Amino acid sequence: MEAIILQILNGLDKGSAYALIALGLTLIFGTLGVVNFAHGALFMIGAFCAVTLSRIISTSHTIIDETQTDFLGNPLKVEVPYVMDWFGEATGAAIIDWAVPLSILFAIPVMIAIGVIMERGLIKHFYKRPHADQILVTFGLAIVLQEIIKYYYGANPIPTPAPSAFVGSFDFGTMLGFEANQIIYPYWRIIYFAFAAIIIGAVFAFLQFTTFGMVVRAGMADRETVQLLGINIDRRFTLMFGIAAAVAGLAGVMYTPINSPNYHMGMDFLVLSFVVVVVGGMGSLPGAVAAGFLLGILESFASMREVLNVLPGLNQIIIYLVAIIILLTRPRGLMGRKGVMEE
Amino acid sequence: MGILEVKNVGKRFGGLQALGDVNLSVAENSVHAIIGPNGAGKSTLLNCLVGKLIPDTGSVMFDGQSVLGRKPFEINQMGISRVFQTPEIFGDLSVLENMMIPCFAKRDGAFTPNAFINMMKDKEIVERAEQMLEEMNMADARNDNAATMSRGNKRRLEIGMCLAQEPRLLLLDEPTAGMARADTNNTIDLLKQIKDERDITISIIEHDMHVVFSLAERITVLAQGTPLVEDTPDNIKGHPKVREAYLGETQDAA
Amino acid sequence: MFGLDKKDTRLLLLVAVLVALAPFILNPFPEGSGMAQFNAGYPDLMQRFVIFGIFAIGFNILFGLTGYLSFGHAAFLGVGSYAAIWMMKLLTMNVIPAVIVSVIVAGIFSLAVGWISLRRSGIYFSILTLAFAQMSYSLAYSVLTPITGGETGLQPKVNDARILDGALTDGATPKANLFGLEMGSSIEWSVGNWLFTFNAGYYVAAIVMLLAFYLSIRIFRSPFGMMLRAVKSNQQRLNYTGLNAKPYTLAAFVISGMYAGLAGGLMVAMDTQVGAERMFWTASGEVVLMSILGGVGTLIGPVLGAGAIKYMENILSKINSDILHTWFAFLPDGLEDFVVTLIYPFIGKGWHLTLGLIFMLVVIFLPGGLVEGGQRVARLFGRKKKSTDTPDGKTTPAE
Repeated sequence: MEAIILQILNGLDKGSAYALIALGLTLIFGTLGVVNFAHGALFMIGAFCAVTLSRIISTSHTIIDETQTDFLGNPLKVEVPYVMDWFGEATGAAIIDWAVPLSILFAIPVMIAIGVIMERGLIKHFYKRPHADQILVTFGLAIVLQEIIKYYYGANPIPTPAPSAFVGSFDFGTMLGFEANQIIYPYWRIIYFAFAAIIIGAVFAFLQFTTFGMVVRAGMADRETVQLLGINIDRRFTLMFGIAAAVAGLAGVMYTPINSPNYHMGMDFLVLSFVVVVVGGMGSLPGAVAAGFLLGILESFASMREVLNVLPGLNQIIIYLVAIIILLTRPRGLMGRKGVMEE
Repeated sequence: MGILEVKNVGKRFGGLQALGDVNLSVAENSVHAIIGPNGAGKSTLLNCLVGKLIPDTGSVMFDGQSVLGRKPFEINQMGISRVFQTPEIFGDLSVLENMMIPCFAKRDGAFTPNAFINMMKDKEIVERAEQMLEEMNMADARNDNAATMSRGNKRRLEIGMCLAQEPRLLLLDEPTAGMARADTNNTIDLLKQIKDERDITISIIEHDMHVVFSLAERITVLAQGTPLVEDTPDNIKGHPKVREAYLGETQDAA
Repeated sequence: MFGLDKKDTRLLLLVAVLVALAPFILNPFPEGSGMAQFNAGYPDLMQRFVIFGIFAIGFNILFGLTGYLSFGHAAFLGVGSYAAIWMMKLLTMNVIPAVIVSVIVAGIFSLAVGWISLRRSGIYFSILTLAFAQMSYSLAYSVLTPITGGETGLQPKVNDARILDGALTDGATPKANLFGLEMGSSIEWSVGNWLFTFNAGYYVAAIVMLLAFYLSIRIFRSPFGMMLRAVKSNQQRLNYTGLNAKPYTLAAFVISGMYAGLAGGLMVAMDTQVGAERMFWTASGEVVLMSILGGVGTLIGPVLGAGAIKYMENILSKINSDILHTWFAFLPDGLEDFVVTLIYPFIGKGWHLTLGLIFMLVVIFLPGGLVEGGQRVARLFGRKKKSTDTPDGKTTPAE
């Protein structure tokens, strides 16, 4: 029982990332009808927003501290971040400590801007072209974005820690009445799951309860009719692309303490996210979210020692295996609509 | 006994009964038109004949054999060719190649992996295709890309491709939809010519009464998924039930 | 000739001549000169040109003709490689059985994958092939380690069975050969400052590539090839013309899988080792890039694309900032630094950036790839020539 609960919990953080990326992919596919292979790159850029911001706020200048001396007896040179000068030492240190959560504020405008530029500059010319062309051009874009990041940040993973308040683990077991140290779970992963749930909830609420969202939903169902009603659907779709980019970016920002960002993390997640989208059903938002969590948890179950003893290597292939089975038995995925992407 | 016998065919989509209880008999070497207001189930019926849809009830016999449960390509190989509402041709291929494909299908069957013959050296096929283009008055366009042709010519090519297979039954789904008057008249002339020159049964679904009355020898009127009447064109013209079906429609629309 | 019409024969002969003379053509610059780093005429790279040429030619039979975009072809290449190395371990270091078995095994594997994947089309097909390839990659890395060597991969060892070969003499290492002709052996010919290398392995691979190219021309011109183009153009019409699209597409899939297996087998024949990383999905992406860059659906395009990408990978990536500085030394200092800083991100380790940009530009502006680009340039010059010939400026459409 403890093991099962632990595996479900372990599956949640990866599942959250899958769900967030798949949600964005589905938003873009559903609204614009574009298959975006650069979406993983947006996730990666989000992660590097966090890296960038924590570098910016750690920017420091050197002062000579007379009170301290090095081993030769000379006054010690100390790097003092500007934020400490401006806000005082304690506040400054806190700001640096909280760089990752603060990056959310930084990443939202950046990611929306990147998304809008991408849509206006490139994607919009591909609405009428075949899906294969869309895949190819966004695949090219993904390579370019990834290489730009690699050029500026290097090829090695960059550790980006969570605020010290969230370092450590939480003993779920004792709370549920099990023995201590049976089910322990890092704080940040709880935060990540909660954050993902909030974002997903916000996106659904936005689509469900705002006029903007209503128009977008109508447009997803039948673009031409909405345009005939004299609504400028294009501008809304552009913004939707920006929002989808922001969702992917935020997923990336918050993922940095779990996995140190590197330039190819986007590609790694992209393949799996596409599988998630297809399993969930192309064009279905709830499907994408459900499939994301489902596959994340399945993957984590398949990594249990008991399972691997019977079926070695299952954790490596479970997602693909499920995808193949689902595609062949339920061609439209778990919650797919009829006629989406079916030639 | 007609060449095509439709018995008690019904088809339901969710809550919508698209076809109620359709009985239809198309006599060999006749031109049979199926008309009816929008939503009468004409296209659903056609799709049941060619294997795109499988009816829930009833039977469809072609020349004494059931077509139900067969795939479109199998039904086509039985001798039923279909012309679509929007001309369906191979846009990326040349006009001659378009015509060669049905010739291959007729001679070699549904799948023949002859990968190492130069197709242009296959004299029998090339000659047959060129002859068909000649008959369709399209010989000049043989090397053109099929996608660049006018809609009327695409229709002409599509009909030619169907005839190249020497089908026993030719199904036409609103062959003049969206066409200019001149193109419509050309198509009517072409179909008349086909009817006079060949041993072929033609079944046509059409909105345009001008087309229907120029061609058809028998007409079935379909309304709300069931055949209303079946008769000769002259008798259909003044038939009260037909007027009711059509006028009722127009009143609703207005 | 060979059952080809005049135009195709000319193309085949041209490719044959270029491939035969490649050691000269790819080494235009004398040793030791500043431009010598652009020489591509060394065996390792030339082998890669032709092997990836084969891979891309095969991929093009599927994607170029039927329009089915597979993102999993590297799996077939990898399976072919593993099959070949096992032949070398068990049977003989002669490359013939290795290559033949790699084609057969890849063919069987692609038949299984294709049979399942082709039940769907469009992006679903792409994802299915991707899923199969990633599964193969993961399995090769983990569970199948006894067969694949896992992370370390496989190499022929001195004490392998090799039932057809005699015992190795003491201290000798097993080397891939063709009836005694070692793949690694080369003849070097030095003319003035130029050094030309004629490598046995390269010529073996080149002959196989010419055969593969010839077969692909025959397929393109055959009724079968026309049916494949018809699948891409309008599957609905094909079905209603009495043709069964499924076996045609499956046949194309298997043929392209066998081409990939052939390429994989040849890779092992040239360089006797395999690792799972050659099955990773980015390797599948690479062959997509090659086909698109060269010109998808054209005969020669994939070969050009493979050559262009392998050239960039090997040559562009070697340029460093010192070399750039020597090139632009004629500029005033400040300007020199500026130009070098501007170009630097695109070379050396950043060559992928150049690749990505070129690829995007090709997809956006030149969907026909390098071949279309060449045709446009030819037309441009052709028109200019004609307009000088005919004073009234009338032009006849080019044949």
